[in-house]
Amino acid sequence: MLKPLLRLSGLEPLTLTPDTNFVNIGERTNITGSKEFSRLILSGNYEAAVAVARQQVENGAQIIDVNMDEGMLDGKEAMVRFLNLIAAEPDISKVPVMIDSSKWEIIEAGLKCIQGKGIVNSISLKEGEEKFLEQAKRVKRYGAAVVVMCFDEKGQADSFERKIEIAKRSYDLLTKKIHFPPQDIIIDPNILAIATGIEEHNNYATDYIRATKWIKQNLPYASVSGGVSNLSFSFRGNNTVREAMHTAFLYQAIKAGMDMGIVNAGMISVYDDIPKELLELVEDVIFNRRPDATERLVTFADTVKSKGKKPIDEDAWRKLPVEERLKHALIKGIVEFIEQDTEEARLQYAQPIEVIEGPLMAGMNVVGDLFGSGKMFLPQVVKSARVMKKSVAILTPFIEAAKTKGSASNAGKVLLATVKGDVHDIGKNIVGVVLACNNYQIIDLGVMVSADKILETARKENVDIIGLSGLITPSLDEMVHVAKEMERLGFKTPLLIGGATTSRVHAAVKIAPHYTGDTVHVLDASRSVTVAGSLLGKDSLQDFSEKIKLEYLKLREQHAGRQQDKKYVPISFARKNKTRIDWDNYQVPQPAFTGIKVLHDYPLEKIKKQIDWTPFFQTWELFGKYPEILKDEKVGTEATKLFNDANQLLDEVVSKKLLKAEGVIGFYPAVAINDDDIEISIAEQSKNLTGETTVKSNSKSKSIVFHFLRQQHEKALSQTYYSLADFVRPKVLAVTSNEQPKDHIGFFAVTAGIGIESLISKFEKEHDDYNAIMIKALADRLAEAFAETLHEEVRKEYWGYSKNEMLTTQQLINEDYPGIRPAPGYPACPDHTEKRKLFDLLQVEKNTGIRLTESFAMYPASSVSGFYFSHPQSKYFGVGKIARDQVEDYAKRKGISTEEAEKWLSQNLSYGL
Amino acid sequence: MNIQSILKQRIMILDGAMGTMIQRYQLDEAGYRGERFKDSNQDLKGNNDLLSLTQPNIIQDIHEAYLEAGADIIETNTFNAQRISLADYKMESLAYELNFESAKIAKAAAQKFSALTPEKPRFVAGAIGPTNRTASLSPDVNDPGYRSVTFDQLTEAYTEQVSGLIDGGADLILVETIFDTLNAKAALFAIQEYFDKINRELPVMISGTITDQSGRTLSGQTPEAFWNSVAHAEPLSVGLNCALGAELMRPYIEELSQVATCFISCYPNAGLPNQFGEYEESPEHMAEVLREFGESGFLNIVGGCCGTTPEHILQIAKMVEHITPRKVPQFSYV
Repeated sequence: MLKPLLRLSGLEPLTLTPDTNFVNIGERTNITGSKEFSRLILSGNYEAAVAVARQQVENGAQIIDVNMDEGMLDGKEAMVRFLNLIAAEPDISKVPVMIDSSKWEIIEAGLKCIQGKGIVNSISLKEGEEKFLEQAKRVKRYGAAVVVMCFDEKGQADSFERKIEIAKRSYDLLTKKIHFPPQDIIIDPNILAIATGIEEHNNYATDYIRATKWIKQNLPYASVSGGVSNLSFSFRGNNTVREAMHTAFLYQAIKAGMDMGIVNAGMISVYDDIPKELLELVEDVIFNRRPDATERLVTFADTVKSKGKKPIDEDAWRKLPVEERLKHALIKGIVEFIEQDTEEARLQYAQPIEVIEGPLMAGMNVVGDLFGSGKMFLPQVVKSARVMKKSVAILTPFIEAAKTKGSASNAGKVLLATVKGDVHDIGKNIVGVVLACNNYQIIDLGVMVSADKILETARKENVDIIGLSGLITPSLDEMVHVAKEMERLGFKTPLLIGGATTSRVHAAVKIAPHYTGDTVHVLDASRSVTVAGSLLGKDSLQDFSEKIKLEYLKLREQHAGRQQDKKYVPISFARKNKTRIDWDNYQVPQPAFTGIKVLHDYPLEKIKKQIDWTPFFQTWELFGKYPEILKDEKVGTEATKLFNDANQLLDEVVSKKLLKAEGVIGFYPAVAINDDDIEISIAEQSKNLTGETTVKSNSKSKSIVFHFLRQQHEKALSQTYYSLADFVRPKVLAVTSNEQPKDHIGFFAVTAGIGIESLISKFEKEHDDYNAIMIKALADRLAEAFAETLHEEVRKEYWGYSKNEMLTTQQLINEDYPGIRPAPGYPACPDHTEKRKLFDLLQVEKNTGIRLTESFAMYPASSVSGFYFSHPQSKYFGVGKIARDQVEDYAKRKGISTEEAEKWLSQNLSYGL
Repeated sequence: MNIQSILKQRIMILDGAMGTMIQRYQLDEAGYRGERFKDSNQDLKGNNDLLSLTQPNIIQDIHEAYLEAGADIIETNTFNAQRISLADYKMESLAYELNFESAKIAKAAAQKFSALTPEKPRFVAGAIGPTNRTASLSPDVNDPGYRSVTFDQLTEAYTEQVSGLIDGGADLILVETIFDTLNAKAALFAIQEYFDKINRELPVMISGTITDQSGRTLSGQTPEAFWNSVAHAEPLSVGLNCALGAELMRPYIEELSQVATCFISCYPNAGLPNQFGEYEESPEHMAEVLREFGESGFLNIVGGCCGTTPEHILQIAKMVEHITPRKVPQFSYV
């Protein structure tokens, strides 16, 4: 007789027998947990990411956990690519893979890549029995084991009772309803953080251990797993304590039957090696043995942490000489004493300019070095710059009065501008601040700057570098235009390219060929310093210039190669393989009204709650997920400071109503026509008393057509080629009766930037770049949150197709709801020009104050507009590159020339012009 | 009597090579083309699966020769009959028909012999080969992440093949010569999805290929790792075929027989090929080696792969006739 065993495999088997010791699952190839891995994947450095996997296996991981859940990433593609790459490395692929994702589609894509028997991490009863069993069935069919999280419709299990209740229910459902092999079930009863100071958390470790014991006794053949690092979350940064906690905990949990765990092997030691005193404190906490256990461990932790360090006198630096104080203030970003210190220094030096050239520059050099070596982070640098600017502002009148020759020497003159048609400037302003910190003189021309003005100023001021920025896709073409103009006018000045939609490939393929001078793409503010330095250094320039030219040449060749690799299907074929929607058996939901509804002065308090903070930190070049980022080992302290500053300003904005949120939404009867278009009909409208527009029943209607694009790059057989038009009921489907309700489409435009100009100019007057950037970043977040809030109201109320939805902020951020709100100019509908129609239809300019520039950027920049689709199968996707046949057809449908269509779709053309 | 109960009583005999037998007919290009494809602009010589359409009598004769020699199970002539491999001959559109017709021919032969020897019912195994592409290996050494075929493409091609085999009358499905387990997992996925669709299940046999004495499949798995990867399909049998002769296959069959909770199959080549690519191991020698496998308790199903002939099958059948089959270890869920 054989015992049923959990049999896993990579190239080699991993069969868990009763004699198998605890199985280590490597956690470092998890993008949500490892900053290094995240950085490598996001920058596309898969080679180094594969090395991380190899190192883990070499260090003893018997299974590797792979997770690609990251908002900035196509998680499915990254999962497939990474799994395919490690499959080619026998040193790695010898061990089984744990496919870790909260998104089922990523899990499924991963399962299709592994030849061995892996583990799915995880499924749960969170969304009910039906989905749980359906996913489990698929897992079994793909031939994997499964981690079941103790999570159900009511939420995550924290107590012993809830853990075993959910574990048992899950186990019974799996084994009885779908005959899932019990040996392939791995229960994760949730290791949660203890010693957090919150009393309810004190029992979490014992509850896990007890639940483990119960599961091993009562659910035959099931294994128990868990993510160990969570346990010591509140002691981040204190590895001595964390290590002891993990070790002591595992010692107990393994005794209770824990079979495997996701661990950082570097953070586990030997139980017997834990010093007696520490072990007692740690076990007090784990077993919740005494009420003051947490307090005692925290006290001990402080002694460990500050071991070898002298107690710090916070104000000691005030006793230092004035030069040192200035330097300290700059490095720490303290503005409090800058006026008196600057004044004191001015009186000490013969010339006021010497204060800048002496202590201030010395301080900024330290800041630049620390930033360059990754020891300081962007928000700190911007704060340092604020100190610098304030000090310089105090000195300037004296410098002028002393009429010293020229101004302070500087590293070079840099002209910065957001190009014509674009209004986004946060990134550009940050670059300006960082370069200024490194002693560059910045000439910032602001936003919506024409090529003429940029080049005229560049000539007049004799600048050393021109930097162009932009966020929306039409700006890319405007940058090409500037480059061509520079060539025509005989410029030799190096050209820097930056902004969210720009890329090294775009700079290499589209911009550099038009300009004989140096063209360099700059990924972020921290890179701008080294690039500017290399461009202006006499010794380094030639090398650097040649290096970039060679690199871009290679990029062009690769790009050309890749273009040929990709195949495109005829648009007719793509249309035949559109989203399969069973319209006959679908009841289209009816909105509460048709026509427009204006949301005037929408309450900011309500919006504030829905803010997704993760992108806010990205703006400041702090990478990591909120709220975990606040406790991050490396950037946690700075992230927390930034977060507090942000909330302080936000509270002020909300309480004093410094910004105003304005929005408008509309719903119209709609049908899909020509496969890829949506025709809406507009009835003659009149306003009712409540301000909502209503439709006269017997009025005539006119129609407007919105044009969409369809994916065309070749996919595997029977895969779908998406277009947004798929998500609206096609006109060609016969209407079975007159009673049949019509399908609809919705539109929206919102802004949270009304009033922002006066705030910015106030901060700028105070030389406070920090808050000037902060308010823009906040307004952007508010606009997004407004769109999200409104979308929820639309789902629950105005369109009302998801009335019973109960989602947390995190679920909202993850878009765990039916229906989508894609924006023109973004991947699913990349043509910005459709925005004009949307604006006319909703009378956005009149109703909200948002204006469109000639490139269809929205001003204020903190604005969002888009479509609402309600069908449950509607989803976000990227149109990607499209072929000539579709472009020609699109132009015909829109009634524009092919050339014009090609201009607006230049980023989506699969062919060169 | 169903196949499970026969397998509990005795070692069953699988047939031998199809290709080796076809070679004996020394067909030329015209022979392969037959009437139907005489105007094809592709070279068709060597497209053995096509013979089910152009020379059905030859295929039926070969099946009957194996049944005559004592085979309980014969394999359909469909090793390459799915659209991915057929693309080499631009014959993707024939995929369903080839499987359907091949299964029909084999079924007719099997039924004929079942009628002759009712105490020894004969079975048709619908043969599913690995295709000519690998889902977990890159064909491009410079781009290890590249794949020339995806799981979904394989699933699609296999679904079509399975439907033809079942419609044509196959009694079993045999996924064989697995050198990349991911290809096999796609086949197993397709088979189970298709069973769900028609609401009917056939027993499934799985046979991997250990390519050399490294003891691994082409895609790098050891025998136990291979079993762990396919066990979820709850197959009738698992085993090894091709690449090695019986002697070299022994340690890997032994390993599988210790871990697998289903019947074990083994159908090696007639030794290793000589410098002319011919297989020389004599029927008597091969049968002798396999007898020892049987006596060691490794076997439930035995037959031959490349280079084996009805003479080999006859000798093997004689040798294992009175040997007690391996007893399948059962799970004890207590």
